[in-house]
Amino acid sequence: MNILYDERLDGAAPKLDKTAIRDSLAQDVPGLTLLHREEDLHPFECDGLSVYRTLPMLVALPETLAQVEQLLKTCHRLGVPVVTRGAGTGLSGGAMPLEHGVLLVLSRFSRILEIDPEARIARVEPGVRNLAISEAASPYGLYYAPDPSSQIACSIGGNVAENAGGVHCLKYGLTVHNVIKVEVLTIEGEHMTLGSDALDAPGFDLLALFNGSEGMLGVVTEITVKLLPKPETAKVLMASFDDIEKAGNAVGSIIAAGIIPGGLEMMDNLAIRAAEDFIGAGYPVEAAAILLCELDGVEADVDDDCETVRRVLEAAGATGIQQARDDAERALFWAGRKNAFPAVGRMSPDYYCMDGTIPRRELARVLKGISDLSEQYGLRVANVFHAGDGNMHPLILFDANTPGELDEAEALGGKILELCVEVGGTITGEHGVGREKINQMCAQFRPDELATFRAAKAAFDPTGLLNPGKNIPTPARCSEFRTIKSAAADPAKQG
Amino acid sequence: MDKTATTPHDHDASESLAERIRQASATGTPLRIVGGDTRGFYGRPTEGEVLSTAEHRGITFYDPVELVVSVRSGTPLAELEAALAEQGQMLPFEPPRFGEASTVGGMVATGLSGPRRPWAGSVRDFVLGARVLGHEGIEQRFGGQVMKNVAGYDLSRLMVGAQGTLGLLTEVTFKVLPRPGASRSLHLDISLEEARNRLADWGREPLPISAAAWLEGALHIRLEGGPSSVAATRERLGGDELDEKFWPALRDLKLDFFGQGDASARASDRPLWRLSLPHRTASLGLADAAEASMIHDWAGAQCWVRSAIDAETLRSACRRVDGHATYLGACGGPGSDEPFTPLPSVLLKYHRNLKAELDPKGIFNPGRLYAAF
Repeated sequence: MNILYDERLDGAAPKLDKTAIRDSLAQDVPGLTLLHREEDLHPFECDGLSVYRTLPMLVALPETLAQVEQLLKTCHRLGVPVVTRGAGTGLSGGAMPLEHGVLLVLSRFSRILEIDPEARIARVEPGVRNLAISEAASPYGLYYAPDPSSQIACSIGGNVAENAGGVHCLKYGLTVHNVIKVEVLTIEGEHMTLGSDALDAPGFDLLALFNGSEGMLGVVTEITVKLLPKPETAKVLMASFDDIEKAGNAVGSIIAAGIIPGGLEMMDNLAIRAAEDFIGAGYPVEAAAILLCELDGVEADVDDDCETVRRVLEAAGATGIQQARDDAERALFWAGRKNAFPAVGRMSPDYYCMDGTIPRRELARVLKGISDLSEQYGLRVANVFHAGDGNMHPLILFDANTPGELDEAEALGGKILELCVEVGGTITGEHGVGREKINQMCAQFRPDELATFRAAKAAFDPTGLLNPGKNIPTPARCSEFRTIKSAAADPAKQG
Repeated sequence: MDKTATTPHDHDASESLAERIRQASATGTPLRIVGGDTRGFYGRPTEGEVLSTAEHRGITFYDPVELVVSVRSGTPLAELEAALAEQGQMLPFEPPRFGEASTVGGMVATGLSGPRRPWAGSVRDFVLGARVLGHEGIEQRFGGQVMKNVAGYDLSRLMVGAQGTLGLLTEVTFKVLPRPGASRSLHLDISLEEARNRLADWGREPLPISAAAWLEGALHIRLEGGPSSVAATRERLGGDELDEKFWPALRDLKLDFFGQGDASARASDRPLWRLSLPHRTASLGLADAAEASMIHDWAGAQCWVRSAIDAETLRSACRRVDGHATYLGACGGPGSDEPFTPLPSVLLKYHRNLKAELDPKGIFNPGRLYAAF
């Protein structure tokens, strides 16, 4: 099943007169930069999920909140869908434009409005890059904890939309745990504040609801995040294993010993070799798997914990354990992991990154399942894994220029996600559903649960103008998904 | 699947709860949801047929290595915390108990967290998933039993603090954490101003502070973490040893300050208010004596006041600093009709919309949070 917007399955798209809308916006929103020529629209035709492209009808690049507010009011009045976009680094097509919609690009809202070291908060505009917050907080000994691998480029507005994670989530939480307040404009152009500078706010926890809502409930225009004191020290242990299951068990044993590492990452042999070839991080290329375990905090505690973890890893059958000697080597160990995606990308013309989360105890079963599927589809899969929190990133290697191979890669990816659901996990840990996993939502949730999601959406956007088609599939799409699945399960029904 | 031994009380009552909801939906009968009925003082009184989750009990899943526990909503909080303690683990947000009957469902519905909250996070921060009986009496699953999950809207965290107005929680899954290796408590006899200054300085250092409350002329501090850092910090901060029992007494509103008994027994001339304030709040602009007589918990972010001060004076003082005030006094007191700070009109509109979408018949705890829904 294709994931591109399909009116038959995703609902009729509005019939819009591009010129009339352009004129209305130009008239209603003074000074708004509005792109409409095909050559200007091309740079915006996709986000980080670049295999899918759609040319937006119009691209708006507002510079003031008044412009955003008026744009929303006009779009609401004319019934024009609005897709909000930050840096466009998302991996699930959450900011994929619509042929019949306005792409609202917030990248010009890139000011850090306030760093308050006493209150340990930063107030920023949505287009501010994730890493820029930590850089601005650094002189005060503070930082912003969530660190998606794309942190150098991704914007905080997009982080809120996707409830982005990173390699330090187990200990420091996701975006939802680190954002204390957002300013929102509704589709009708009304302003509201969710959360507060205090630790809670009266009423429903709409702040939690908006985190990860993929721009479908409102447009986030300002974000206040909490800042943490930088840990006094951080140390990294790298352990190699001759068997991936042993590495998986070692993860459980570390946590069973009462230790919550700052980061706990696992890579399989294909990913290790790719990263080593690219970065030269000093990874053992013969190992079946490596674990990177970062312990951070107060010096004395970290030293104690390093000893404990070392003993646990030895008992778990590690064939080698190496502790980074200094910050430079620690950075190098992490560079291998953080560059694993582009590293794998060098081994193959294209790759497709998955994002399932599983209970850790199911790791061996899921890896075996992935390896069987890989063989069945004839496509290589490298595994990179936020082992501490069970978030897997299998990377499917393929060549889009070979006819049919993209379809095969997608089908394999879909099977991997369904396997994650089967073992009690989820189709997306941190990348979001977007358009990419719209079909697998039908495997994850029952029809009545999806109906409740639609009800929540309707409370904020009853006419469905904000980012239509993302995150929550229509009943028609799910019904087709189930028909295809049951046909596949029962060959007698196949034509 | 790992799981602690079942207790004789374990029972799945979800089907009979669902049936009651279907009936209520059919007849448009409002329901007053209770667990242990120990948190009735928090929020507006609700008229309705009592729907009790107390029979719906038991831990359905617990795997200490996964750091995940799933528990039915009618399970006593004490039972859950005992099961976690057996494995050296805990609910990091340190939820208050207002009686032995306090249940997990009530804890989530009210969303109250204890002294560790500013450092560890709140109830909703540790909710991974929930099962909810919606208005049609069908059990729905949101979130899950894994650490990271962004599939669909985050309806499980939305339920935290919603006071049962959006549906009936039947089961909640939490992330749990190991108990700290060491814990020490101390008190320093310093002024409120000095306490604020020191906490602001310490907050920028990675110190193992896990609770900080100023009251009656002294700053009370708890240190938790690795034995080495706790010992070193204890040495550095000085002060006198504090009995660890202080913290559960503060958590459960059992210090002398709070008076005897629950809200209804609290003298209405000095009702209890909870103020939620930004950390850096220097002063509310109330009389010095009034501020010195408050408990400043959560390093100043949660203050407890007993005063006959009128609601609007207190609320506008809080609003000026982006905080809010909640009334926990007896019925008929100065804030009892509107215990929670009134919402701005746009926000109220979307609260009503959400309530109307998820509970179109208005059967779940109507009016519990606000009179409007």
